[in-house]
Parts: sequence; structure tokens; C-alpha cells
Amino acid sequence: MTSELDIFVGNTTLIDEDVYRLWLDGYSVTDAVALRVRSGILEQTGATAAVLQSDTMDHYRTFHMLERLLHAPPKLLHQLIFQIPPSRQALLIERYYAFDEAFVREVLGKKLSKGTKKDLDDISTKTGITLKSCRRQFDNFKRVFKVVEEMRGSLVDNIQQHFLLSDRLARDYAAIVFFANNRFETGKKKLQYLSFGDFAFCAELMIQNWTLGAVDSQMDDMDMDLDKEFLQDLKELKVLVADKDLLDLHKSLVCTALRGKLGVFSEMEANFKNLSRGLVNVAAKLTHNKDVRDLFVDLVEKFVEPCRSDHWPLSDVRFFLNQYSASVHSLDGFRLECGGTIWAHCNLHLPGSSNSPASAFQVAGTTSVHHHAQQFFLYFQ
Amino acid sequence: MPGKLKVKIVAGRHLPVMDRASDLTDAFVEVKFGNTTFKTDVYLKSLNPQWNSEWFKFEVDDEDLQDEPLQITVLDHDTYSANDAIGKVYIDIDPLLYSEAATVISGWFPIYDTIHGIRGEINVVVKVDLFNDLNRFRQSSCGVKFFCTTSIPKCYRAVIIHGFVEELVVNEDPEYQWIDRIRTPRASNEARQRLISLMSGELQRKIGLKVLEMRGNAVVGYLQCFDLEGESGLVVRAIGTACTLDKLSSPAAFLPACNSPSKEMKEIPFNEDPNPNTHSSGPSTPLKNQTYSFSPSKSYSRQSSSSDTDLSLTPKTGMGSGSAGKEGGPFKALLRQQTQSALEQREFPFFTLTAFPPGFLVHVGGVVSARSVKLLDRIHNPDEPETRDAWWAEIRQEIKSHAKALGCHAVVGYSESTSICEEVCILSASGTAAVLNPRFLQDGTVEGCLEQRLEENLSTRCGFCHIPYDELNMPFPAHLTYCYNCRKQKVPDVLFTTIDLPTDATVIGKGCLIQARLCRLKKKAQAEANATAISNLLPFMEYEVHTQLMNKLKLKGMNALFGLRIQITVGENMLMGLASATGVYLAALPTPGGIQIAGKTPNDGSYEQHISHMQKKINDTIAKNKELYEINPPEISEEIIGSPIPEPRQRSRLLRSQSESSDEVTELDLSHGKKDAFVLEIDDTDAMEDVHSLLTDVPPPSGFYSCNTEIMPGINNWTSEIQMFTSVRVIRLSSLNLTNQALNKNFNDLCENLLKSLYFKLRSMIPCCLCHVNFTVSLPEDELIQVTVTAVAITFDKNQALQTTKTPVEKSLQRASTDNEELLQFPLELCSDSLHSHPFPPVKEHLESASSNSGIPAAQRDRCSSWIELIKLKAQTIRRGSIKTTVTVEKASPVGDGNFRNRSAPPCANSTVGVVKMTPLSFIPGAKITKYLGIINMFFIRETTSLREEGGVSGFLHAFIAEVFAMVRAHVAALGGNAVVSYIMKQCVFMENPNKNQAQCLINVSGDAVVFVRESDLEVVSSQQPTTNCQSSCTEGEVTT
Repeated sequence: MTSELDIFVGNTTLIDEDVYRLWLDGYSVTDAVALRVRSGILEQTGATAAVLQSDTMDHYRTFHMLERLLHAPPKLLHQLIFQIPPSRQALLIERYYAFDEAFVREVLGKKLSKGTKKDLDDISTKTGITLKSCRRQFDNFKRVFKVVEEMRGSLVDNIQQHFLLSDRLARDYAAIVFFANNRFETGKKKLQYLSFGDFAFCAELMIQNWTLGAVDSQMDDMDMDLDKEFLQDLKELKVLVADKDLLDLHKSLVCTALRGKLGVFSEMEANFKNLSRGLVNVAAKLTHNKDVRDLFVDLVEKFVEPCRSDHWPLSDVRFFLNQYSASVHSLDGFRLECGGTIWAHCNLHLPGSSNSPASAFQVAGTTSVHHHAQQFFLYFQ
Repeated sequence: MPGKLKVKIVAGRHLPVMDRASDLTDAFVEVKFGNTTFKTDVYLKSLNPQWNSEWFKFEVDDEDLQDEPLQITVLDHDTYSANDAIGKVYIDIDPLLYSEAATVISGWFPIYDTIHGIRGEINVVVKVDLFNDLNRFRQSSCGVKFFCTTSIPKCYRAVIIHGFVEELVVNEDPEYQWIDRIRTPRASNEARQRLISLMSGELQRKIGLKVLEMRGNAVVGYLQCFDLEGESGLVVRAIGTACTLDKLSSPAAFLPACNSPSKEMKEIPFNEDPNPNTHSSGPSTPLKNQTYSFSPSKSYSRQSSSSDTDLSLTPKTGMGSGSAGKEGGPFKALLRQQTQSALEQREFPFFTLTAFPPGFLVHVGGVVSARSVKLLDRIHNPDEPETRDAWWAEIRQEIKSHAKALGCHAVVGYSESTSICEEVCILSASGTAAVLNPRFLQDGTVEGCLEQRLEENLSTRCGFCHIPYDELNMPFPAHLTYCYNCRKQKVPDVLFTTIDLPTDATVIGKGCLIQARLCRLKKKAQAEANATAISNLLPFMEYEVHTQLMNKLKLKGMNALFGLRIQITVGENMLMGLASATGVYLAALPTPGGIQIAGKTPNDGSYEQHISHMQKKINDTIAKNKELYEINPPEISEEIIGSPIPEPRQRSRLLRSQSESSDEVTELDLSHGKKDAFVLEIDDTDAMEDVHSLLTDVPPPSGFYSCNTEIMPGINNWTSEIQMFTSVRVIRLSSLNLTNQALNKNFNDLCENLLKSLYFKLRSMIPCCLCHVNFTVSLPEDELIQVTVTAVAITFDKNQALQTTKTPVEKSLQRASTDNEELLQFPLELCSDSLHSHPFPPVKEHLESASSNSGIPAAQRDRCSSWIELIKLKAQTIRRGSIKTTVTVEKASPVGDGNFRNRSAPPCANSTVGVVKMTPLSFIPGAKITKYLGIINMFFIRETTSLREEGGVSGFLHAFIAEVFAMVRAHVAALGGNAVVSYIMKQCVFMENPNKNQAQCLINVSGDAVVFVRESDLEVVSSQQPTTNCQSSCTEGEVTT
């Protein structure tokens, strides 16, 4: 006796959350059944393995049919085939678009192309996430990217509107899309200590302050591309390190303000010129695409690592960077010379310093006069 | 007489990409009715076209309106090649033809293609302006309402129940016409869908005419079936019960529909002393004898002239005069006579209803069934389907004579079915023989006084259990005792019926689903030989099915079966029997005895031991079941009852026969002869198997109950969560040397596993009950068995479940309140009328209420003459009203979120798609049905040539059933409804050819579209005054027009 056909169709589509998770995680029916057996469901319900098998198959089939709709979530709301309560619909969408931290860290900033997709099996073996699941997540990124790429308006809003995601998830997707578009390098070994959350935070602030959208809200691609003009302006920050007087003045201003407040004052004083040079150079280089991609690598190399080697505590880094950017405003010459400044300051995961697991990274800058003196803050948390 | 059909095509959405180059579609729509076709403009390059067409107007006969479906085809315009079809929508406009049903069909319909399934949706608005036809000789029957529900619909009152109506139409099956060889599968499928749609329209119209002829205004328990006879054609047949219904239009007037449908119906007038003045032996009445002279007289069915009179219509067991006995009494005799005269006018005193108005059912005799094996031949002249008619007439005559043998003059819970394999066809009919109260059957000729007295006498809680036949002249050996409830009249020890449990019956404990399953191998044979082989097997199958049912019933410690449905399916090399019923313990019937096991070889010690071991197991099971179903009847000592008949014998209440192509009728005595009833003899391995299979039935997990009747006996505190589902399983038997035992085991496992799967899937709903569990078996191929189950899971409140049985005192209190309500009913009706007729301008409203003011009492006094005019009058007013104030219900437009929130009716405001509930029951727990919108009767074919790509057979069928549900929901929503009740999947024919990567499936579903209001909402509404209802529809009208 072999079962040829075995289906169950409810007027309200039954969704089993556990099975959905297994399906999303890319398990085959057999693996899923094995996992469910291990979870002790048979004992709880007194069912047999055959029943479980049939149930799992049924759910998988339903999910398979729903997948087409999940690719365009608004369709799921308007379709007539599956009667699903709204709360369940939201759950289906949210779970489908959820991603694994480990996976996103691997592809963050990479081009969402076929080439990257081919490498997914490597990522799968590396992260221990099934290839199926990797593919789904990758395709989700790509789909969202494709849809919102050319759209006007706020990136987060667009994502929310077209994919009906929760606010948090939409923000994460915005970060992923932003990174993919600008191809920021995040895979280097030096950057491994940074989590996706850190990058997402950066992305959010950068979208708010550095993109075309920040300047003019009626442009295409507004939240995706960096404002070229702004980057150009950053070049003018070079005076801060090129002009010897200005550099000294700046240093003295910062030192006066921070004296006694910083635990690592002497190291700071000794390293001020190096740090300042590092930051300003990173900022000034941003007109080249390649350097934009290496932004995070450069910041870590030029600023974070020196601080880390001097064992700066997190709070001191914050103090320093705040003061560093604030002092620029009081530089007379700077004001007159139509200068622009970028101040980057990094709170780091400093060995031996505070136990805070988060590393903060802040870039502060004043732009040229005609851009007013906007302040840009960018935190890595 | 003409009517004007108006159609507007608004928009489409989610259309498929038809042009690969642009990834878009140039869609346009063809609207066809009869032979007239209109087209919309082509909406270029869009997957969400906005046609916003003008009103397409069709001027047609109302005959066509009833027969023809509106056909909407969506196409992709192609400049150079032929236009590609995207899909079709068939809309049955019948609901627009009743006066009280929907006034407009408007909403999103899935665009369906028989090859690709659903491909996008289309928004359509349909209206009908009907000019009323007063011509007596008309061919149309607009205005007759149809209900699938097998009880009197919730917001109506039965004035008269006229009786049986039937009709069948035949045609050639397009699939088997020569042209099918040259046309595409799509064209052939569409031809079939269209033909069936047409035929069922025609059938409904013809039945409607018969109803009008009988002076009824509605058909209740309407059951329409298709017989796909292959080469020999396509038969569409329908049966139903003609009624005259009166609308109880006030939402407040009818009682809480659901929370406890049982409670509602329990509130009937009843008398605590069941039989006060009859009893001592009445003199033998000659009347009684007379009553049995049925004369086929005036009849409304076509084959009235057929010469069926040769079938003996006189009772087979001579119930002579002088034997009327003590239980008869003058009242009974009088009643019989009256009922008889009422029923005499009918050729077939059959009722497709399974639940009845209080007091309708007087006595129940038992199940009657008849089967007949026929050889199909080509239907030569579709206009004269005489052979098919004659076949059914024959079977009905048999049923009628069986009923008579049981001392009953009517058959209730009547149904018919067929099973076809190649050219052999088994026709089956079954029902429950019963004695009815004439009050509902006659046109008000009974004098009120007599009527009342009768009613008081007969509508007791145990009345229906009392035997209708003569004790001394029983049609079969039976064991009678005095009723355990009234102790005055005789009852049988077991009762089998096809109806729902009468709501006034006293039940102890809970009920449960009982199934008997059986397979028999059969040699492959051709034609005549095959038919003979089958008809030889049939009696044995019936016997075994019956024995199984009886044993399982005893094992559960119960004594009555309700909703019994025995299905016998014929395949090429086997016969399958599946009987489902709900077992209960009726308080009026005696406690069932246990089951004893006896061995044949008494000397073998180990064997003895084995036997006693089995016996112990059986006894344990019975004890466990009693505990599980809470069966603890009060102890009654034998003395009080007095054991009247000493010899305990098992006897069957099934009386049946089967006949071959000849008219020969063989009757089968299903009792076990002289043997002791409850002894199972284990004399060979077969018997061993039987006993084992008895014990393998696993009870449902705790928190689950199941039954195949409308409501679960013993549970009446439903909560509102319901989940209707269909589950299909097909197994392939491991071929070759199959034995009967192996087959039985396979089949048993299949059913048991299916049930277990259901319990597992629905575990989140615990505590819940699977109601109306409907199994259908088919044998699509040699080694395939297909089982289809449709049921509904309803949650209930466990805490209140304990206080189920009410004491008589409570009941009488209730009764008093009911009386009050009945008094109140009329005024309420009036005020509600004005409530409901809101769309009319105020002046009309007055007219309306005035007409009901004068009209309804008139109808009560002189129903036969006035009601038809009244209805016509109403129909006219309403029709005119609807033309004036076209209320457009924009259902689920994509941007309609805001619009949607304005409505008060839909239960789920967050979603853009309105929720439509579906249930096979006639009610919705926790809600009141406020309006019936018309019957839904849909037939779909789906075919694929890429079976593997669609996920194999399971993927294909899963998607198809989901699509069918979606289309049913869309139609209901478009009618303005939010639920389907009495939903039934009548056919699910699945054929596959995996080698060719092909599969085809046909599904036929039906149900009643309704509007329901949650009881909790209702309270709010009524406290806020009824205007809210009107307001909501007002705003809708404003928004959309």
C-alpha cells in the first residue's frame, strides 16, 4: 500500500510556525520530519511518524505555493486563493524576509550578481546555513534591491510599502541595499569584529546625511547614492592637516578642552597629528569610487587601530571626537577659508578598555559654507 | 417574458504576462450571454487594466436567465496572430432572480483557465431588471428559492412542507463527442463546464416549475448530482423538498441561531405527560387498514404515468385489522388517516430534509434502502430520458414499499446516489421510514383543536423512538421493550436512521463517529456477467456492513445511529462499502448488551485462554468507551420496566433489497436468525480478523470528538472558531494476489490514518469537534482507492460542556418563554420588515409593512390561495425598489481599504479581502444568519499536461481544491455574503496519467450563500437601534456610485 496522493486543504489556510521555520531554514521534508520527531511532538500528540510525514509534506506544499506570492507581498494581501488571517500574513512575510546575521555579514557590500550567487555554497559551508536558505536570503536582497533601486522617496518607506515589512526589518533592508549599491568593503579580516548591526547603524546615518536624498528629496535614487558634491567638498578639509598653523591651533584647542578629562590624554596629545591626518585623508579621498568602497577599512586602519594600540577607552574616544569636530568651528581661518571638515571618530572595541561590546564609530564633519555647517554624525553601535 | 441583464466590466488585476517581450499584457474582455457577445476596449500594456466599460445590456427571456450562465472571457489582444485566452469567469445569475436574495453581483472574481488555473482577477458588476411574469403557462420559474440546507432555513418558517420534487436531464458528454478528437483540451473542458452549467440551470428551472405547480415557493434540501456515464452520456439529476416558506424577517424574532442550535429547537411546545389519554387498548380500527392503500394519483413527476403499479404497494407483511394493539389508540389512527390523506396525493412521500420543525416527526421506523445494478446504454434521445427516469422510479417505489412494511407512510432524510464503473452503474437510495405530523403537510384543513391535541400527545422527547409498526406483526424479528422514558409505549432496542438527531431527544453522554468499512474482490467481467456478479455480492456486503455497524455500536456502548450513510462503490475488480453514522445513547432506548465471544473448538485449552483474553479486551473497551463518551444511564431495575419479551434477539432495522436489471426484488433479513444477538463466533481466521478490526479503531485523541451529523449530541456550547477542510487521499494497492483481508486492512488503515492526520492537523483547535464528517470513496483505477473527506472543525468551550442536559423544569420554563416569543413574533416581524426594506423610499416602506400587516395573517388563515399573490406582490415591489436604488457593494477593491472599514458586516476589517466562512453545516456557531442570498452550484474542470512541474498529483490537486474554494468565496463575496452554509463537495473525480505527465480533475460543489452577523455584534447593533444596518449600506452606495 503506497500513498499516491495525500492532501489537506482548509478554507482558512493552516500555517504551522515550526514547520514554516524548518522550511525557511531549507530543510528537506525528510530532515524536517526527523527534526520534528526529535522535538518530541509525537509523544505530545500521540501521532505516528507517517502522520507527521504527511503533515510536513502538506505544509511544505502550501509554502511552496505561497512562495510565489511572498515574492511580492502586496499580492499576498489581495490574492483570493489562500484565506489567511492578517496576523498570519504578516508573520509569513516577516519570517520570509528575515535573514541570518552570519549570512548577511558575508554578502554585505557585495554586488548582488550571479557571480556572488555562485559563491553561495562556500558561504553555506562556512556559516552552516543550508544552501537553500542562503539562496532565499540572497534572492530576497536582490529582489528588494531591484524593486527600490530606481525609486524616489525614502528608501525605508519604499521598502516598507512594497514588501510590507516591519519597521526594523525595513531599516535593515535599507542598509543592505545601501551597502550593496555602494559596494562598501566589509569582508576584510580587520572588519570582522564589526557586526551587521554596526554597519546598519552607519548605513542609516549615512543615508540620512550623506546621500542625495539628504540634500534634495525629489531626486531619483535619492537614498541609494552618496552625494557627489558633498564628497567633493570634503576635499577641502585637507587644509586642516596641510596648513601647519591650523593644525597646531586645532590641536591646542582640542587639548585645552580635554585636559584632565581624558584618561589617555598624553597618548592623545602625542598622536593628535597622526590621527587628524588619518581622518582627513580618509575624508578627502572619498571622491574616488575605490576609496569609497574602502571607507570602513581605511577608517579602521587609520584611526581605530592607532587608538586601539594605545588602549583608549570607549568614552575617551567619544570625547575626543566630539571635541575634535567642535573645535573646528572655532578655527577662525577655517571659517574664512570656506573650508570643510570631516571629523571621524571611532569608538572601538578596545582591548583592555571598557567592557562595552559595542564599538562606536562616529564621523563628524562640517562642510563648506555654502552647505552651511551641517553636522554629520555616524555612529557604529 | 423578458428581463434585462446588465453587465459592467470594471477592472482587472494580477493578470499573467502574456507578451514576453514587454512583460505585459494587452487585455480585453468578451461578455457573452446566450448568443449575444459584447467586447470591451483593449487596455494596452498593463497587468492591472482599468476598462471601466459601459453597461452591456442583454435583453433575454427569463427562461434563458435561469438556464444560461453569464460567460466572461478575458483575452490578450494580438495584432498578428489569434488572440490568446487568459481565462474565463462563469457567473450564475440565478440569485438575482429571487425577490429576497441579492440585488447585485459585484466584486472580484478569479479568472479561471482549465489548463493554468487561476490567472488574476476581474472586477465585474451584474444586475438584472426582471419584468414579472404572470403567465400561467410560462416555462420559467423565477422566484422559487433553492436551499441546499436540509432543514428549514434559519430565517424562515415552514408554512407547508409539500414534499418530494425530482427531475433529471441528460445530454451527450462533450468529452466523448467526435469533435473532441480535433479540439484542444481547453476547448473540450470549457464545452463541458458550459454544458453542465446550462443543464443545471435548466434542471433548476424545471424543478422550480414543479414547485410552483405544487403551490410551493421554495425547495429545501436541494441536492443536485452529476453522473458521468462516459460514452453513454451525462446525467444531471436533482431531488429536493418543496415547501412554502415564510420569512421571519426580524433579526430579533428568530432565536439565537447557533451557540446552541439544539437549544433553539428544544424550545418547542411539549408535554411532560407524554400520552395522557390513549393507552389502554383502543378497539381495533378499520381505519388503520385503510391507510395503507396508496394509490398513485396526481403526481408532479414526469414518470407518473409509468407503469410501476405492478410493484406491490400493499404492505408485505399483512398488517391486518384487529392487530392495532395497545400502542395504537384512536388518536394515532386518526393521525395516520389524516397524514395519509395528505400524503396520498403524492407519488413519493419522501423528504430530503434531515432536521425538522418541532413536532413534525412523530415516529421513526428505521432505515430503508434500495439498490439496483444497471447496465448503461447510450442515451439516444436526450429530450426523453425515459430509461433513467424509469430506473429511479423503480427504486423509489421500492423504498416506498419498504417504508410501508415498517408501518410508516413517509420517508425522511432521503437521498440518492450512484456509483459508475465502465458500463455498470449501481443506483442507491436510502432514507428513514417515518410517521409524520400532518399539520405541516396539509393546507390548513386540520381543525385547530385536534391539531393541538395531537401535537401535545406526540411531540414528546421519546415519541419518535416509539415503534410505528404493529407489535404483533412485525416486519422483521425485533426485540421490543417499553420506552425507558415514558414507560408506556414500545421501543426497539436499537435504532438506525439517516436523519439528524431530533433536537428534542434526550441523549446521555456524547456521540461519536462510527464507520463500517468493507472491501470485496470481484472478478473482472464484461457487461451482463459483471452486473450479475455485482448484484450477487451486494447482499453480502450489506449484511457485513450492517454487522460491523452493530458491533461497533455495541462496543461504544450506544444504542442508536443517526445520519447513517452507506456508500457502495464499484470498481473494476472490487466493491467497497463504507458506512458512516453518528452513534448516540438515547435515553428512551434500552441499554445495549455487551458482546460475547464464543469459540468453536471448546477442547483446546490455549484457544480457550485466547478467547477469554479477547473477551476481556472487548469488555475493557466497552467500559472505556462508556467513560470516554460519558455514558452513565440511570440504573433502572428490570421490574419497573417489565421485560416483555424474554428472548433477546438482535434484529436489524435495515430493510433493503437489491435488484438486478430485472424487477425482481429480494429482501434480506439482516437479523442473525435464531442466534443470540451479541455473540461473535470465532470459527476461522476471518472471524478473528473481524474481532481484531473491531478493536483497532482508535478513539480520537482527548479533546476531539467527531460525528457526521450537523451537531454533536451532548455538546452545545460552541465557540465561534470554525475550520472547514477537504482532505483527499489516494493509495495504490500492492497489486497481484490481493485477498479480501488484505484489502480490508488496507482500506481500514487508509481511513484510520486519514482521521489521525486530521486530528493532528487540527490539534491547535482543541477542544473541538469534527462535525459533518463526510467520507466519499471512489475507485478511479484498478489498484487505486481514493477517499475524500470534507468536514468542519468547531471549537467548543470545555468548561460549560458539563452542564449539557437540562432538567424538565428548566425546559418547561423555557417553553413558557418560547410561547411569549411566539406571541411577540408577529409584531416583531412588522418592525423588522421596515428595517429590512430600507432600500425602498419611505412611502414604499409603508406599503410594504402594510402589505405584510394584512397579508400575513391572511396567509395564515387561508394559505393556499393568498400566499402566491402575496409573494408575487412582494417580488414586484422589491424588484422595483432595487432598480431605483441601485446599491453597489464594492467588495474588495484594491484601494478599498477605507471603504471597507465603513462596513459593519464583515468580521475582519483589517484585510483587504473579506473573509468568507465555509461550512457543511446549516448554521454558523456564535452567529445569526440574517439573509440567504441564493444557491451556489459550481462545476470546475482542471487539466494539466505538466504534472511533475506542478508538484505531482498532490501539488496539482492541492492547488485545484484551493482554487475551487477561492472561486466559491469570490462568488459569495460578490453576492454580498460572508459565508457559505451547507457546503458540500459532491464530486471530486481525479484521473492521472503519470507516464504522459497529465492529470485531470472534476469538482462539483454547492452550498447556500448567506449573510451572517456575529451574535456579539448583533447585541451592539440592536442596542444602537437597527439603523446602523441601513446606514452601512447607504454609505456604501454613496461611496461607489
